[in-house]
Amino acid sequence: MNILELRGVSMTYGAVKALQNIDLAVKQGEWLAIMGPSGSGKTTMMNIVGCMDKASDGSVVLDGEELSRLSPKGLTAIRRDKIGLIFQQFHLVPYLTALENVVLAQYYHSMPDEAEALAALGNVGLGERARHLPSQLSGGEQQRVCIARALINCPQLILADEPTGNLDEANEKLVLKILHRLHESGSTIIVVTHSPEVGEHAERVIILEHGKIARTTTGAKLHKSA
Amino acid sequence: MNKRLVFVNMILRSLVRRRLRMLAAFLAVALGSTVLSGMLTLYRDIPRQLGREFRSYGANMVLVPSGESGIMSMDEVEAAAEHLPPDQLVGITPYRYESLGINRQPYTAAGVRFAQIAKTSPYWQVDGSWPARGDEIMIGADISRITGITPGTQARISGHARDMTPFALDMIVSGVVRTGGTEESVIFMELGSLERIMGAPGRVNLVEISIEAGQDELAALAAEIGENVEGATPRLVKRVASSEATVLGKLRFLVFLVAAVVMGLTLICVATTMMTVVMERRKEIGLKKALGAESGTVIMEFIAEGAVLGLAGGIAGVALGYYFAQLTSRSVFGRSVEFDLVAVPAALAAAVAVAVLACLLPVKKAAEVEPAIVLRGE
Ligand SMILES: Nc1ncnc2c1ncn2[C@@H]1O[C@H](COP(=O)(O)OP(=O)(O)OP(=O)(O)O)[C@@H](O)[C@H]1O
Ligand SMILES: [Mg+2]
Repeated sequence: MNILELRGVSMTYGAVKALQNIDLAVKQGEWLAIMGPSGSGKTTMMNIVGCMDKASDGSVVLDGEELSRLSPKGLTAIRRDKIGLIFQQFHLVPYLTALENVVLAQYYHSMPDEAEALAALGNVGLGERARHLPSQLSGGEQQRVCIARALINCPQLILADEPTGNLDEANEKLVLKILHRLHESGSTIIVVTHSPEVGEHAERVIILEHGKIARTTTGAKLHKSA
Repeated sequence: MNKRLVFVNMILRSLVRRRLRMLAAFLAVALGSTVLSGMLTLYRDIPRQLGREFRSYGANMVLVPSGESGIMSMDEVEAAAEHLPPDQLVGITPYRYESLGINRQPYTAAGVRFAQIAKTSPYWQVDGSWPARGDEIMIGADISRITGITPGTQARISGHARDMTPFALDMIVSGVVRTGGTEESVIFMELGSLERIMGAPGRVNLVEISIEAGQDELAALAAEIGENVEGATPRLVKRVASSEATVLGKLRFLVFLVAAVVMGLTLICVATTMMTVVMERRKEIGLKKALGAESGTVIMEFIAEGAVLGLAGGIAGVALGYYFAQLTSRSVFGRSVEFDLVAVPAALAAAVAVAVLACLLPVKKAAEVEPAIVLRGE
């Protein structure tokens, strides 16, 4: 069963054609990587799939819901209920502690539950640092807080845009381990990355060029060619 | 852990963590509500204070002789005084007018009671000192200028008594009085001294009365005296009463003007700060929206921040404002103000309202922030 279907999706910013006529289907529980040169439209695609932007053209169906028909409020609700976002820059609210940042996602979603949030931080190895402010955490730790926050509401679809872009190798491994765990537990994952080492963990890899899908391959093949 | 707790915690942390940035806005609100609550307190207290001040400001009733003779007797004056409530009576002084010479120059002399004049005419300014003994007199500033007599010197008083016998005696001029009115060309002495010199005691031409009473009560007292006392007719002094209303009106206008200007400035200052804050926090707003916060939720957060800011600034300002109102009242009126149960909540409410109002425009900007900026990494 497909959790996500894009049919003829295009996105234009003025004269810039960021995405052109994209067709893509993502199965429930699949791990997909999006790769491609800078400016090829990867983030644009994430924004559309993540309900943060509306495509200029085409149809996007997420979990049976046609996104182009939804109001901003409806998009917000989908974003809140079905999607977990992980960013390249570890976006945390600077005046809230790690724990409070995770609780915030619960707060916007449904009910805050501190014990659950603490457990989520424990799962990413940050049980001890729950009461620290983002400024007191390393980049890798901040990214893990972000991940704990993205997962706290058990989203059906996890979108990660360059989740390891600013991390060293050790932290990259940690993040990949967490993604593997999620994949094994049945989550659908879409990861945007420049790095083949990250891309090769995916089951399927699509390569964007000039807003079009230039190639489709698998993580395993990517691993061999590297 | 409930939602409200998370919300309150977030608002407070956001304000505390941004305290340097918020300081300007906090101070603006605090100063604004200082001025507002101070002025409101004074505004509500001033009529009370000024009323008291005005009532004790000179005579507000005079007694004039009823008949053609231009004279009433001291007995009649005393009979009239019986009708005045003693605890409200500030001062009462008789005036007996005679013609006298001082160093050969003819002038009007008035026999008065100096101890009472200080109360019925508190605005008199005296160079030297008030006469304390029977042989001391006070002269108006005009006489002093024309005759060259200065305080502390002797002057020769001469003339004819009521029985036409001439007299001449030396008296000490203890003070010179300045009023800006006709008193400046009058010689003042104790009524007893004048009666000794002129003879015919018990004659009075005019009585000035200062009494603490509102216009209605004053009119009632006058009517009562008019009915019951033969030879003396009471008259109300209108001038003081009407200028009281004029001054109050102008004062109120001034208070409103200052309050409006101050609140306007506060509004601008807070709005500017909040505008900067929203611009600085675009990423945070985008993030919250990406996490699933609706525009309304984000708006509520900013408005709550504004309200807390307004409340905190307002409390500080109200406390300061009370202090300043107290200070002003003590130095201007010599009395303390009471803690005003209307002015304080009103100023507090105004502070919160202004702070929230100032957030509305910036908050509109916040609502427009797109969640997509989070991935774009602006
Ligand atoms: N808000 C926007 N307004 C105008 N043009 C935009 C906007 N967002 C993206 N673009 C353009 O769309 C194209 C695709 O951008 P996108 O961010 O999707 O690239 P990307 O593949 O994520 O690149 P990178 O690897 O550098 O992150 C680029 O040419 C970019 O300049
Ligand atoms: Mg990108």
